[in-house]
Amino acid sequence: MDNSYDQIKKNASARTRALNIAVYVLLGFWALMVLFPFYWMILTSIKSYSEYSSEWVPKLYSASPTFQNYVDAFTTVNLSRYFLNTLIFTLITTGAMIIVITLAAYAFARLEFRGKDLLFTLFLSLMMIPNELVIITNFQTITNAGLRNTFTGLILPSITSVFYIYLLRENFLQVPDELYYAAKVDGTSDLKYLFKVMLPICRPTLITIIILKVIECWNSYVWPRLITDDEAYYLVSNGIQEIRQNGFGRENVPAMMAAVVAISVPLIVLFLIFRKKIMAGVSRGGIKG
Amino acid sequence: MDYKSNKAWLYLLPAILFLGVFMVYPLIDVFIYSFEEGYNSASQTSFGVGAYNYSYVLHDPYFLQALKNTFLLVIITVPLSTGIALLISAALSSIKVLKDAFQTIFFLPYVTNTLAVGLVFMILFQKTPYSDGFINNIIGFFGGSAVDWIDGPYWAKMFVLCLYTIWIVMPFKILLLTGALASVNQDYYNAARVDGTSKPRIFFKITLPMISPTIFYLVITGFIGAFKAYSDAVALFGTDLNAAEMNTIVGYIYDMLYGDSGGYPSYASSAAIVLFAIVLTITCINLLVSRKHVHY
Repeated sequence: MDNSYDQIKKNASARTRALNIAVYVLLGFWALMVLFPFYWMILTSIKSYSEYSSEWVPKLYSASPTFQNYVDAFTTVNLSRYFLNTLIFTLITTGAMIIVITLAAYAFARLEFRGKDLLFTLFLSLMMIPNELVIITNFQTITNAGLRNTFTGLILPSITSVFYIYLLRENFLQVPDELYYAAKVDGTSDLKYLFKVMLPICRPTLITIIILKVIECWNSYVWPRLITDDEAYYLVSNGIQEIRQNGFGRENVPAMMAAVVAISVPLIVLFLIFRKKIMAGVSRGGIKG
Repeated sequence: MDYKSNKAWLYLLPAILFLGVFMVYPLIDVFIYSFEEGYNSASQTSFGVGAYNYSYVLHDPYFLQALKNTFLLVIITVPLSTGIALLISAALSSIKVLKDAFQTIFFLPYVTNTLAVGLVFMILFQKTPYSDGFINNIIGFFGGSAVDWIDGPYWAKMFVLCLYTIWIVMPFKILLLTGALASVNQDYYNAARVDGTSKPRIFFKITLPMISPTIFYLVITGFIGAFKAYSDAVALFGTDLNAAEMNTIVGYIYDMLYGDSGGYPSYASSAAIVLFAIVLTITCINLLVSRKHVHY
């Protein structure tokens, strides 16, 4: 009796252990799949051009690591220009969008006016409109306005987001009405109430929106490609495409990889700092995939 | 009341202005464009009104190629990525040690620049006169022969595109599925365990129905996202996707609008509306199917 019980227990724990190992093998395999491209780009970026091109079978380590490629990436091509452009684009777009959506969300959450529900429904229905459908006319609008190859042309179409208005309004609605009446009794204006009371209370949502927008701006490719053909206004995505097509010469892969690393680092650092916030934010409002 | 009402509209003014100019007006305009025949960008005139643009687009071999590529991409990547994500999420939820580390690593592709990392994939798969490339080395190690994955046969290029797409969409799916798995009430599992229910049975009879709304959401967003694939293809095969036979519907729209073959906003509009119709149809079918199988 005892024996068979021990036997069953042993079998069961053996099975659990086998399952456990299988689970870790699976997770480890996918982690390797995810990390390998990153490892590869860093590795290649520190190989010298001669080292890289002499390897018929690429080695998984570098015998003589060098930072020359990074120097090349910032001197031979205009990588620093692309960085600066992207930074300007990201800051202005995100800043302007925050102002526009905050005001709109506040009106929907706090102010009374005729046709509010109807207008809000109209706003929500705009969420279904895919970007591809409106981008054609926007391209014509911006071109006709003579705003190609300007920051204004790059920024204007992405200043509003119905989804973020919706997200912020939901959060504003959770702020108790009593605060508003108390502020009104004290003679606080709506604008002051919004910026001194509402926004500080809703800061977590605001930060989530900012982070998501920054990621979106940093990675945007399609609109900038349509609207800029002057290298002086390229963002990093267009820059990397430019580098690939005719930057260092197609064969200088290590320098290309140095540029790729430089472009990838800012967002990865941002992610590692705000990991919890970003993941929570994406599961609430991320759209990709 | 009137004063208050005016104030509200003032708060809404910037948003309404931007949405009006860059969303509502274009939405109407795109339909007009798509029916204007022989529209000329430079003189902004057209010959007449009709369905010729649609007929042109639907008979354009480049569009049919793009249609085929996009459908293949959707059919292959959506089920595969959702399935693998489910497997990985289930594995993630069953462990405690290193869980945080794995979650962080798995999320990394979400915060990377599609164009930049696509270049790395290209280098890994590319076969050049100087090297067979890393992937071909691995294949060679197992005794296979080298394939040019980037400039070679159609199936090879499609394989790389699908692989990269799956790599990119995985973080979002894993994140949502692990969240859904964590929110299943433990009481159900405890009750099942008391009854001696087997693990597979628990998975199919409890876990899967409980997380079916999330799976369904991922399938819908997955379909929509895959139908709009474009920048992944550009990252791998360069901007001249027609020459690489790897164009997508969205790529076709942009090529018609701008670039070497561009300057035809009417064709682009027709193609965009065809795309929208396809996505809408598929989403409606999804909704109908889900009524039967999703438990809210």
